[in-house]
Amino acid sequence: MIKHIRIKNNSTVSLWDIPLLNYEDLLEQSISLLQDESCHCVNYFGYPHRDQLILICCIANDREHLITISSSVINFNSVLPSFTHHHLAFHLFEREIHENFGIKYSDHPWLKPVRYPFSRADKNSRIENYPFYAIESEEVHEVGVGPIHAGIIEPGHFRFICDGEQILHLEIQLGYQHRGTEQLFLKKNNLLQRTHFAESIAGDTVAGHTTAFVNLWESLCNYDAEDHLQFSRTLALELERIAIHTGDLSALCTDIAYQLGSAVFGRLRTPVINYFQRWCGNRLGKGLIRAGKNNYPFTKQLGDPLKRLFDEYERDFIEMYDEFKTLPSVLARLEKTGTVTKEQAASIGTVGMAAKMSGIPRDIRVSHPHDWYERMNHEPVIKHYGDVYSRTQIRKEEILQSIEIIRNMIKSIPPENKKRKELSFPAPDLFGISLVEGWRGEICHCAITGENGNLVHYKVKDPSFHNWLALALAVRNNEISDFPVCNKSFNLSYCGHDL
Amino acid sequence: MIDNIKILLRQGKQYIPDVTHAKVPGIFRGRPVISKETIDENALVELCPTEAITGSPVCIDLGRCAFCGECAFAFPDKIKFTTDYKISTNERERLITKDGEDKTIELNPDIIRTEISKYFSGSIKLRQVSAGGDNSCELELNACGNVNFDMGRYGIEFVASPRHSDGIVITGPITENMAVPLQICYDAIPEPKIIILAGTDAISGGIFDGSPALNRNFLTMHKIDLFVPGNPVHPLTFITGILELIRKR
Repeated sequence: MIKHIRIKNNSTVSLWDIPLLNYEDLLEQSISLLQDESCHCVNYFGYPHRDQLILICCIANDREHLITISSSVINFNSVLPSFTHHHLAFHLFEREIHENFGIKYSDHPWLKPVRYPFSRADKNSRIENYPFYAIESEEVHEVGVGPIHAGIIEPGHFRFICDGEQILHLEIQLGYQHRGTEQLFLKKNNLLQRTHFAESIAGDTVAGHTTAFVNLWESLCNYDAEDHLQFSRTLALELERIAIHTGDLSALCTDIAYQLGSAVFGRLRTPVINYFQRWCGNRLGKGLIRAGKNNYPFTKQLGDPLKRLFDEYERDFIEMYDEFKTLPSVLARLEKTGTVTKEQAASIGTVGMAAKMSGIPRDIRVSHPHDWYERMNHEPVIKHYGDVYSRTQIRKEEILQSIEIIRNMIKSIPPENKKRKELSFPAPDLFGISLVEGWRGEICHCAITGENGNLVHYKVKDPSFHNWLALALAVRNNEISDFPVCNKSFNLSYCGHDL
Repeated sequence: MIDNIKILLRQGKQYIPDVTHAKVPGIFRGRPVISKETIDENALVELCPTEAITGSPVCIDLGRCAFCGECAFAFPDKIKFTTDYKISTNERERLITKDGEDKTIELNPDIIRTEISKYFSGSIKLRQVSAGGDNSCELELNACGNVNFDMGRYGIEFVASPRHSDGIVITGPITENMAVPLQICYDAIPEPKIIILAGTDAISGGIFDGSPALNRNFLTMHKIDLFVPGNPVHPLTFITGILELIRKR
């Protein structure tokens, strides 16, 4: 019965080769694929085509390094049985399909708005009137936080239902950051503009999203990026991971009022992002990654100072972390706070740190390697308690691991090919998919080209899309005063979710 | 405790002593300089992803510029980005760099409201609202307060409530979904109050200009006191801009 096509990361398939199933078969097949622990859904979305909606479901098999693609065609006025009823990991994908196209589901348990996009099917659905879950009781109270928060942070609304100081339930309402990014990918049709959109999906994940975009674009153009380009992208991804993880450790210290840790980790991030500026003129790496070219070739002259930078960084970082982890007042705030069990994490389909914290070894660098990762035997850092401390430890160990990766990489810098071939245009009627392990976790971009090779659909999925629900589950039964440190320990993206 | 002090000693002084005369490391893209060189203007104008470049004479609008540097790669004799980070100003037109001119960008003292230096010259507290910002400007505004840039030493701080603040710093192109919360926040700030736009997205919409998901009406209703260009803004651009705005005159 199984009807699907399996492709590798960063490869394309002709639209006509994607098997078309009837909806019930797509449902049954997708649910049965997910019975295998090494499979998870990396994207499931609708693409409007001639008065009908094509549903495309992409399920990655991490053990076999392949992605299963299958599809179905439905009418816009359909009322369908939901995937979510069988597997919770689909809940947000189906809510998105419902919100964007008005598709109704007969048995979806939580069919609420996702991000209030300008193009939503139901214009009467307004961000001011989000249907929050409520408990009728005289013993509980609600606390509303946001959309604007106390610090310098993106907007989102958090609604807590509390019994005294204890959180019973948290519902997270997003959408305030919606800029219409996916639609703009189609509207503005020059490559440089599209690269700018990729850089702006989440400004803290410039290397992650831009690598996903350029890898996808190059695969649509049937262009093989040479070693030097692959090398630079991988190096940028690992630098970004070190920079943001270091900043997150600083912010965690701020939230638990450990001033020294906050100051030292905060200052340790500076030379790393300044290095990005030295390399490409921008502290967050904007301008660095381009399809089919590299304006800032990585040379030995850049490699030597990077090595020295990390020799100094590592010494100071380890000294600070060793002190940090021995303080009882630090550990008391981090250990057993904001716990997510492995069962919960698996059922809602978390990715990246939010999976690795609970013993789920989900890391694109191993499961669907791209660029320089194909030459490494990467081993993901896995923790098992799913608490704030696990997420802290993952950051620390990933920082040290990334430093080793970079040290090994810069031992042999591939020379730049000055006569590289020109990037052509995307081929017609293709479907392409690109997965990248950003510092937050798995990033997935999908694209569809039309009959003359123009882009007709672009779909972005930030790891936060899966992981926001993990934060909501993590804070249950915690004190509301622990919310900030829980939130920071996930550090999810608002704009990456809202697009 | 002793270990904490050891770390403190080892870290030593980390701050930039004088933020107005710092040297930014590397190849920072700050204020561009446009030469009189004759080039294919149409190709240059076409190249810019955010329509920041206009022709005859060639001008770059730093309120639209995404600082990607692609124009300087394509026309290296025509456009060069300098490391001059002092590019904040209070007059929108001053963000436009013209061909053949190599002069620093300054504030126009004539249009600074008198109450700004009267009330805020020793200390100013700001509220930050991200309205579709991509978290890059937000990261850099946070960095303004870290031990390297240490904006707090000048009495400039971000605060948690609009009630405690003297002004608002907006990042992002201002989404439709944030239009109402932004207005509510602004209304909650006591008078006198200032508005600062931080980053290209906030100043012009940047790459998102023209998106149907935006609502920039707020900006047509209020006078803007400071424009801080950048993608994202550099902490030094932000701090020196505010110091210029609030200094005693």
